[in-house]
Amino acid sequence: MFDFLLDSTLRTIALGTATLGLVSGMLGTFAVLRRQSLLGDAMSHASLPGIAAAFMLTGSKASLVLVLGAATAGWIGTLVVMGITRSTRVKDDAALGIVLASFFGLGLVMLTFIQRRPDAAQAGLNRFLFGQAATLLVSDVVVMVGLGAVVLAVLALFWKEFALLTFDPDLAHTLGLPVRRLDVLLTTLIVLAIVIGLQAVGVVLMSAAIVAPAAAARQWTDRLGRMTLLAGLFGALAGVSGALVSAAIPRMPTGPTVVVMDSIIVIVSLLVAPERGLVWRAVRFRQQRQRLVDAMHDPSWSPMASGHDEGATTLAPPARGRDADHGERS
Amino acid sequence: MTAAQLEIQLVAVVVAVACAIPGVFLVLRRMALMSDAIGHTVLLGIVLAFFIQGDLDSPLLAVGAALVGLLTTLMVEMLRRTGLVREDAAIGLVFPLLFSIAVILISRYAGDVHLDTDAVLLGELAFAPFNRFELVGLDFGPRALVQMGTVLLVNVMLVALFYKELKIATFDPALAAALGLAPGVVHALLMTSVSITALGAFDAVGSILVVGLMIGPPTTAYLLTEELWGMLWLSGVIGALAAIGGYWLAFALDASIAGSIATTIGAIFAIVLALAPSHGLIAAAHRRSRLRRSLAHAILVAHLDGDARGSSVSRLGGGLGWSEQFTQRIVLGAERAGLVARLSDDLVLTPRGRSLAQRRSLHEHEYAGDETLRQAPPASG
Repeated sequence: MFDFLLDSTLRTIALGTATLGLVSGMLGTFAVLRRQSLLGDAMSHASLPGIAAAFMLTGSKASLVLVLGAATAGWIGTLVVMGITRSTRVKDDAALGIVLASFFGLGLVMLTFIQRRPDAAQAGLNRFLFGQAATLLVSDVVVMVGLGAVVLAVLALFWKEFALLTFDPDLAHTLGLPVRRLDVLLTTLIVLAIVIGLQAVGVVLMSAAIVAPAAAARQWTDRLGRMTLLAGLFGALAGVSGALVSAAIPRMPTGPTVVVMDSIIVIVSLLVAPERGLVWRAVRFRQQRQRLVDAMHDPSWSPMASGHDEGATTLAPPARGRDADHGERS
Repeated sequence: MTAAQLEIQLVAVVVAVACAIPGVFLVLRRMALMSDAIGHTVLLGIVLAFFIQGDLDSPLLAVGAALVGLLTTLMVEMLRRTGLVREDAAIGLVFPLLFSIAVILISRYAGDVHLDTDAVLLGELAFAPFNRFELVGLDFGPRALVQMGTVLLVNVMLVALFYKELKIATFDPALAAALGLAPGVVHALLMTSVSITALGAFDAVGSILVVGLMIGPPTTAYLLTEELWGMLWLSGVIGALAAIGGYWLAFALDASIAGSIATTIGAIFAIVLALAPSHGLIAAAHRRSRLRRSLAHAILVAHLDGDARGSSVSRLGGGLGWSEQFTQRIVLGAERAGLVARLSDDLVLTPRGRSLAQRRSLHEHEYAGDETLRQAPPASG
């Protein structure tokens, strides 16, 4: 029954989706904390003209060439979004939407050109749109692992700066850090993490791979380091389990399965993560109500009590309210 | 121009205008990316309705799409209300999940049906004229045209009937609630409109162009006007222009129509972004340089006012920490404006300059109310 575990194709696919989950999970932490969750969605769409241009210029369908093309276009798209929001009154959501749609449209136009070329069996390009983990080759996975390692190495190198940039950009500026350049660097890493995953899960689902592991990890810890590691772990877990499930069940596409796994991890985390989990919140609420009822039945209780007794202190709202959430920047 | 070409353009224009109407409110409410989310999740509604009904032409599809659109909004809102994830992350969590479920359902249970993900994302406007809408033996034109014409009509009626409610709920939700205008209901109406528009548009133009048409023209119009009404009709016009321009671009290049329209939207936005009269990049740069100049003039006259004897131009720049070139330019400008005059080698204030200097020192913050600043766009975020 577990024969499929020995299958080398499956091993390749699982390694690919695990790498994608790990890298996009870790970088996604920063995207989510910086309120750039939808950047993943926009950038994965914006990368299409880069893929088409890379193919048109080199005639090569090698993974590395296409990924670098995608990264370039995604990167330009990000800079355009940042430029528009910085210098006009257009808000970030609208800027993302416009860049997403017009870059993607340009990519489509370029793809129709490519279709007319004699050497263009389009298969290799189409998989960037919808993601076909099943067609991942060992060489693709090597590229993914290599680029992923570079991204994570740069992340480790600038860890302190990125942490400061995420939580207190003003302080970073005051300390004389090149804030704008760091901003561009971090965004570049996020874009790279996105394009690494494109050929496995496709443009639509890549945004889940960025957001979900980080949103889940956020529930378990308040520390940036732990959150990043945990997000990487969750992402890899979703990648591997998604690959296995889609291999075990016939006609189960890999990309969407990975997204469903990601979502299950998020739902479980939202419910049962210690302290923040919704289940514990409900339990705490009941306990407090019980305490209040008990206190009211206690003959020595009076509404005018000065609040030094145990009952009153536990009635204070839990320290972790909605506003203390997420390391707000504002 | 053949009849088919005319029909394609007509469909494109109707889709563009129908999308622009709810799009204006999405952009103003900073929920532009809900169009992206709903544009993808309507697929789930279509799949579910298809399983129940068994064909792709049933009116149940519209109901399914509207319900899933509302479900998307509801899930995002619920997630946000837990306080555990922020809104942008909530959108990024919900729509890929619903879209994934739809894709899994299609590939497992409906592999042989004409319901492929490519068509949802990309659409194909070129085939619109071949799919006719016929009733009692009469040809009412392309199916997509009838479909989107209806959606357009619904959207126009929605705005006409609830203009005041939409306006207040968009710009001041607290006031709307206080007036008993139920912003929640308005929100639900808007999201229903987005869902039905996305459903109607997706098989004609694909979900990406839906995003482009809902966000692009309204954002472009947002740079050109301050009025809600102006934004509505300008968005419609820009959308229609992009649709026709995009069609001919596609015709000239023999490329994807949806892709060309989306590219044209981007191009129109880029042009307006550069040239818009008060919110454009060039206007902003011009305003900044004018502000810098008038501030420099104020500093100049204040400096000269403190130094009654006048001052030579070369000493002046050094004293203010200005470069030689900048000093020359500012002095020349101030001379032209009649604020200073040259007396042999020295620079002295004219009566006008002196009165400006004294006014400045009395009202140090006058610049805050200066016309040049009032025109500046409010800081975003």
